[in-house]
Amino acid sequence: MNRRKINVAITGLNNVDSPGPGIPVIRGLLDSKEFDVRIIGLSYDALEPGIYMHDLVSKSYQIPLPSTGIKTVFERIKQINEIEKIDVLIPNFDAELFNFIKMGEQLENELNIKTFLPTSHQFEERHKSNLNAFGDKYGIKVPKSKMIYSVNEIPMLFTEFTYPLVVKGKFYDASIAYNQEQAIAAFSKIATKWGLPIIIQQFTYGTEVNVTAIGDGEGNTIGAVPMRKTFITDKGKAWAGITLQDENLLNIATTMIKNSKWKGPCELEMIKTNEGEYYLIEINPRFPAWVYLAVGAGQNHPEALLKMALGEKVEPFTNHDIGKMFIRYSYDMICDLKEFEKISTMGEL
Amino acid sequence: MQIKKNIAISDTGFVFDPGNGESFSVNPIGLEILKSLKDGRTDSEIKKIIVSKYQVDDDSVEKDFYDFTKMLETLKLTESESKKD
Repeated sequence: MNRRKINVAITGLNNVDSPGPGIPVIRGLLDSKEFDVRIIGLSYDALEPGIYMHDLVSKSYQIPLPSTGIKTVFERIKQINEIEKIDVLIPNFDAELFNFIKMGEQLENELNIKTFLPTSHQFEERHKSNLNAFGDKYGIKVPKSKMIYSVNEIPMLFTEFTYPLVVKGKFYDASIAYNQEQAIAAFSKIATKWGLPIIIQQFTYGTEVNVTAIGDGEGNTIGAVPMRKTFITDKGKAWAGITLQDENLLNIATTMIKNSKWKGPCELEMIKTNEGEYYLIEINPRFPAWVYLAVGAGQNHPEALLKMALGEKVEPFTNHDIGKMFIRYSYDMICDLKEFEKISTMGEL
Repeated sequence: MQIKKNIAISDTGFVFDPGNGESFSVNPIGLEILKSLKDGRTDSEIKKIIVSKYQVDDDSVEKDFYDFTKMLETLKLTESESKKD
């Protein structure tokens, strides 16, 4: 079978100890039996490992940070597109999604670059700071949460919460605080790195279970795979995990996607209590870094997303392999200084 | 006592709970008990089989069987403890 040639631009090439999803998404795309995918990597830092993984990434370009604004990012994408003729763009960072969602129509109309992302409404609605309202609307239990803007609000938290609490950044990072002093320390550390507000969430005892899923934007779940982390790094990231048989968890994911008409990839992070109740602690509006486990379990979500971005109908996956594991590893690549020089000075490699 | 239907038990004594991803190893006697439980044998039937097959007295089997099945409950491998799952 002749595979269709296609150019796909991908961000999230930071395959570090707390990895971005770019490389796993690329591996899924390269596994495709329908598409002959050429990967164009979009990076923010000259030391993102994916830039140097030439067997996975054909060409890499530096792009401006999301904070430089939509216009600057768009102009850079336009410049890259003139060389590469990008068919589909898959962003993989929370912090850049707002820009790419906003410029989605412009990318398609002016550059003929397709995306398949949540709507602005969906993106905002599931935000950490809106999670309680999101849970109420879609019938999902969510631990009590509150946004705070000043460290001075912490001493009064005991009137509404019981320690331990989870102190979370608006995009990334979270710490468990067992007392007021730890909450203040976590607030300062996270606010310095990721800004305000800080989200305070009631700690829920139980086992963390996650689902990676994709919705077609019309209420259908195209794929969903539940996983439990079996080895966690000191940053709380999965270093190993295993697929589960958990109909309750899948029902929560499909119900959320059906009721919100979720479009694109997402990851639901849940806590399953010892009583068998499920609490939603976060929704990430993108593929998780462990998405290649879904591919290994028989559901190639990145390929399905690619087809939907191209406007093609995708039949939902109906099952996945249970007990399929992933084990992450680190690997030292030996790179030529010339390559680092080129990406650093010319912005491409 | 009933073992959860979806628990996978291999001939090597590797036990996998697909509901939560936990896995365990049991020795040959543990494997025999688990398989018997999964086949629907009652506790007293299994204890009788163990006493007849191995050189062991009733009291020791009673005590060890109790310990083992309590552990199965604690690990949520049994139906009675997992109805809420």
